[in-house]
Amino acid sequence: MKNNYVIETQSLSKVYHPGTQAEVVALNAVDLKIRAGEFIAIMGASGSGKSTLMNLIGCLDKPSSGRYLCDGIDVSTLDREELAKLRLSKLGFIFQGFNLLTRMDALHNVMMPLAYANRPLAERESLAKAALDAVGLSGRATHLPGELSGGQQQRVAIARAIINNPPIILADEPTGALDSRTGEEILELFKRLKNEGHTMVLITHDAQVAEHADRICVMRDGKLFETEKAA
Amino acid sequence: MTLNDILRTAVFALRGNWMRSALTSLGVIIGIAAVIIMVSVGQGTQAEINKMVSGLGSNRLDISSGAGNQGGIRTGAGSQWTLTDDDAAAIRAQIPEVQYVAAGIRGGSQLVYAENNWSTSWQGVQPDFFDINGWKIGQGEGLAAQDYSGAAKSVVIGETVRLNLFGEEEALGQTIRIGKVPFKVVGVLAPKGQGGFGQDQDDVVMIPLETARRRLSGSTARPPGAVQQIAIGVTRAEDLAYVQEEVEVLMRERHRIAPGAEDDFSVRNIAEIVATRTATTRIMSLLLGAVAGISLIVGGIGIMNIMLVSVTERIREIGLRMAVGAGPRDIQRQFLTEAMLISFGGGAIGTAIGVVGSLTVSKFSELPVQLDWQVVALAVVCSVSTGLFFGFYPARKASQLDPIEALRHQG
Repeated sequence: MKNNYVIETQSLSKVYHPGTQAEVVALNAVDLKIRAGEFIAIMGASGSGKSTLMNLIGCLDKPSSGRYLCDGIDVSTLDREELAKLRLSKLGFIFQGFNLLTRMDALHNVMMPLAYANRPLAERESLAKAALDAVGLSGRATHLPGELSGGQQQRVAIARAIINNPPIILADEPTGALDSRTGEEILELFKRLKNEGHTMVLITHDAQVAEHADRICVMRDGKLFETEKAA
Repeated sequence: MTLNDILRTAVFALRGNWMRSALTSLGVIIGIAAVIIMVSVGQGTQAEINKMVSGLGSNRLDISSGAGNQGGIRTGAGSQWTLTDDDAAAIRAQIPEVQYVAAGIRGGSQLVYAENNWSTSWQGVQPDFFDINGWKIGQGEGLAAQDYSGAAKSVVIGETVRLNLFGEEEALGQTIRIGKVPFKVVGVLAPKGQGGFGQDQDDVVMIPLETARRRLSGSTARPPGAVQQIAIGVTRAEDLAYVQEEVEVLMRERHRIAPGAEDDFSVRNIAEIVATRTATTRIMSLLLGAVAGISLIVGGIGIMNIMLVSVTERIREIGLRMAVGAGPRDIQRQFLTEAMLISFGGGAIGTAIGVVGSLTVSKFSELPVQLDWQVVALAVVCSVSTGLFFGFYPARKASQLDPIEALRHQG
């Protein structure tokens, strides 16, 4: 049967330092199903396990127990090299601190993932230019990150996240370092990406930010709760 | 990632810290340049020593009549001339590794020219004698074929003899007396200087063997064709020991010496000189190997140090690259390539400096220099493998980083 969940976790758990006194259950039997094209926000206070969930969904970490199907692929069987391949083709990351390479101009920051995808050299520049166009930064291609505002830097990071056209985009507190007006602009951009078919997963502690999503889940003490969106 | 991508990324990273990259490769530059200059000087010196040693005749064997110097009291050497011209001919005919053979006799006499006189020893020789001992004729024609065959009263004198008898005068064509017999000077030997044991090698007089036999060696009671010694030149120095055995077997056979009986001849080679040469060569290559090894290790440690710093500084970059899809292998390759570029760049510049340095040394100093392309190739290979070896650990460390930790890293 056709599985139309792009993210599906089955009693996903993560325990740090198991069997010691420092044992921490960061994630406790989380079942999360996200369909292609959804815009979901995962909320939670710090220490609630939302970062752990994001790392697992982002294929940066492996669960202690449970299963995670990323676009239908069971992640638990993959080694580090294969996980990297999966991130390359399925996932785009957007971070609170932008994580741009400061010595490269915007265009080259956006182009960087294309090298790992083995895209031909000749295509890369036009792809990156198109991605910068899509985030509204056509004129800033040759600027270094230090010459751009926070909102512009985050747009560059978004362009980098979508450059390989991944089905899933994971955003970890993307507006945390921005003023609210710029944050709004970024969130509007997310809605557009969602409408273009990307599945958007937004991790935040800010309810106002989460409001932009179509669906909101809350993490509390390692457990995930679905909330009804206030109308 | 394609090789092109890896190289571009590495060059970009190195350019971003170009001062540091340059200083790191300086270690390799100095190391490789030193290796090339040292090895070139070393090889030049070795070649010089080889030339000197072969000038002494390291490829030669000497057969002497009688039991030579090992017995107690012997009757006079004169009564023991057990070797003959025919022995020399047999050696030449039967042992193919032998290049030169010359039978000879010698004696001492007073030399007289006009009012000058000089006491030295003369040698009656066959033509190959000059080649075996590396003698070159400095002036005149030397002894010609008919001098040997006709037992002509012709003589070739060494530089010392010429100075003592003739001083500033022309020696060629003059007649000197050896004992009571007049000889015509047909050649002066090119000077050799002092020998390996401090003796004056130029204090010599050479005449054809047959002439010496008839005119100078007093006794007529000796068997016909008898000689005191046979000198042998071997084509290749490595065959010396083998040829020595062959000669001994042949001589015992020809002289019909029963197994177990004492030889009536003795064969010697200039073994200690050969041994010296071997030892010198070994010590020289050991020393140069040590210099090369140490300099490369020092340069390599510098690379490793800087690469470790670089990995630590760029932890967030590594984390980011992993998040966007770089596998551990991609990260490892990138850092390894950076290390190799530093060492290869250093190696290339070091090679250039080393080559120029060697040529400068050979031009402006007394040191003999011999620059081989093998040395240059070796230096380049060494520099690249240094980068590979010392870059491996930092690169591996980078590739093993946990992407979550790396992304969270502050600084």
